[in-house]
Amino acid sequence: MDLSVVRKGSGPQILVLHGGDGPVDRFPFADRLAEKFEIIQPVHPGFAGTPIPEHFDNLQDLIFLYLDLIDHLNLSDAILMGFSMGGWAAAEIAAINTQRFSKLVLVDSVGIKVGGPFDRDIADVFATAAAELTALSWHDPSKAPDPNSMTDEELQTFASDRIAHGLYTWEPYMHNPKLPYRLHRIDIPTLLIWGAGDGIVTPTYGEAFRDMIPGAKMVVIPDAAHSPHVEQPEAFAKAFLEFASK
Amino acid sequence: MKTWFFTEDAYPNLPDDDTYESVRVNLPNKHFDPVLGAELYNMYLDIWCAADEMGLEIMLNEHHQTATCVLPAAPITLGVLARETKKARLLILGNPIVNRKQPIRVAEEMAYIDVLSRGRLDCGFVRGVPYEIAPANAYPYRGSEKLWEAHDLIMKAWTHHDGPFNFEGRWFHARQVNIWPRPYQQPHPPVWVTMGSAGSAAQVAQRKHIGAVFLAGYPGIRRLFDGYREGFLQAHGEEAPLDRLAYAAIVCVGENEKEAENGTEKLLWYIRSNKVAPQFNNPPGYHPPAVSANIIRGPRPGEPDRRDPRLETQKARGNVFSGTPDQVFQQIKNFWEYSGGFGHLLMMGQAGFMTYDETLKSMKLFTEEVYPRLKELTASYDAGVMKEIRSSRPDVESVDTGLLASEFVR
Repeated sequence: MDLSVVRKGSGPQILVLHGGDGPVDRFPFADRLAEKFEIIQPVHPGFAGTPIPEHFDNLQDLIFLYLDLIDHLNLSDAILMGFSMGGWAAAEIAAINTQRFSKLVLVDSVGIKVGGPFDRDIADVFATAAAELTALSWHDPSKAPDPNSMTDEELQTFASDRIAHGLYTWEPYMHNPKLPYRLHRIDIPTLLIWGAGDGIVTPTYGEAFRDMIPGAKMVVIPDAAHSPHVEQPEAFAKAFLEFASK
Repeated sequence: MKTWFFTEDAYPNLPDDDTYESVRVNLPNKHFDPVLGAELYNMYLDIWCAADEMGLEIMLNEHHQTATCVLPAAPITLGVLARETKKARLLILGNPIVNRKQPIRVAEEMAYIDVLSRGRLDCGFVRGVPYEIAPANAYPYRGSEKLWEAHDLIMKAWTHHDGPFNFEGRWFHARQVNIWPRPYQQPHPPVWVTMGSAGSAAQVAQRKHIGAVFLAGYPGIRRLFDGYREGFLQAHGEEAPLDRLAYAAIVCVGENEKEAENGTEKLLWYIRSNKVAPQFNNPPGYHPPAVSANIIRGPRPGEPDRRDPRLETQKARGNVFSGTPDQVFQQIKNFWEYSGGFGHLLMMGQAGFMTYDETLKSMKLFTEEVYPRLKELTASYDAGVMKEIRSSRPDVESVDTGLLASEFVR
């Protein structure tokens, strides 16, 4: 099948798995990272105007597609980094096999459930009013994507991205109940980077995630919410580069 | 034309609508008073029983987490009506089989009602409206594929009588299917499916089921009915019979125009109270991207607001048939001819605060003075004549109903 892959910069490789907001290579933090690394970012099928393959039903399909991609690219000692839903996919991949990776970075990632059945661990982004969703997702609301200022084509991509996002995350919502029983297999250095004001998945959720991965560390970035890489690109790049250079 | 009386079983006693975000999905049920609810439920059953006695057929549907329709399990109501009514056919339109996880349970419930009513069931299957997604927690992407897979399983469960069969589809799994009871009607009850696009209409036509359209009005009806007729002709090599198509509209008949207007204003509660928060109206995967994008953007400047709830607008668009018996007949006839014809009218004859007495008065006027003429109209149907009438009329968005009435000679 066709898979769109963005490559940017040169140097040691970072396999970047974007979140439900779509590809992240357009943001300034990516330029910073691309000064020292090669960013390899597959576009999840269904995002950025790409089609959803007929057999795709959920995140498992994405995970196995990327296992193929990792073999195909013959990655070695790469850094695996995922954002939000992409962080979930990255954690799943690392729990299967870390042989091709040197480090794992999870940014405001979903993927586990930490509370009981009546606890809403992860904001229901598909059933939350736009204004409230912005407040949960952004420290600075002016950074949020604004449908009113989009062209028709951009708006249609925005709508398609939501469909793909729903496909990968609908039920169980944004998590795999089995993942907590598998995270112990991750045997490479792992860093969680979290926006201090994230209302989609809070830093407390991030700490629970961290505690399930042996030896994982966490950096909380102030004045940022669900997208610290967008809201605080310098602080984000600094946290990443420090971890990567260790 | 067979006419099916329909009310959504609303709970209309709501707080001011500026005090809540959405009448669907998240309106707290503290606003539902069970004592008043009991009165309403019994009134609605009485209305359906009256429809039965007057010679109308009965239609009901179900919705979830909404005050606009407090029937969350229509098969239960059907079970009551199977006992309480004598003659009417009982249409459920329909079972939301895309959102329900157990098609076999649907097959069983429907078979039971068919047997209990001695073969009076008409069974509808629907994809459901977008605001049903959150209550069902069902991802709506590929909804049409899911609908037809569940449908295939139910149809086989109804018609296979030689012990268990296996079903392992993409969406549904059942390895020992052998329902008891089986349906009363052989080989199975008439099946209805709602149609929202020409493509979906063709799929209904391929299976020879009855295709139903809700409130598409003049702007939408030809595209949908033509989609069905073309699909039928293509699949079966013959014209679709009139009784394969159904249209649902708000209907109110009064002794005079004023009375009809008063009643219709009450019925329009159904449209005016449908305050739905955008996040429930546009769940990901329900609409194609272009439609979803349009909903996110909202109407462009100068674009007509298709939800304009004013009586005159809704009448002109063919969503409401309202007036004296003569006027209502003329409105339906005009729409019927414009659409190319249909064999079933789904009559929303009660909504909002319309009382039992008001409902029955309109229903009685309809039954005595409009219905016989509609039956004559469909009995006179001739496919060739209809084609001529149709081709003489250009596509329109609305009609001047005042003009229709003045032209009426009888």
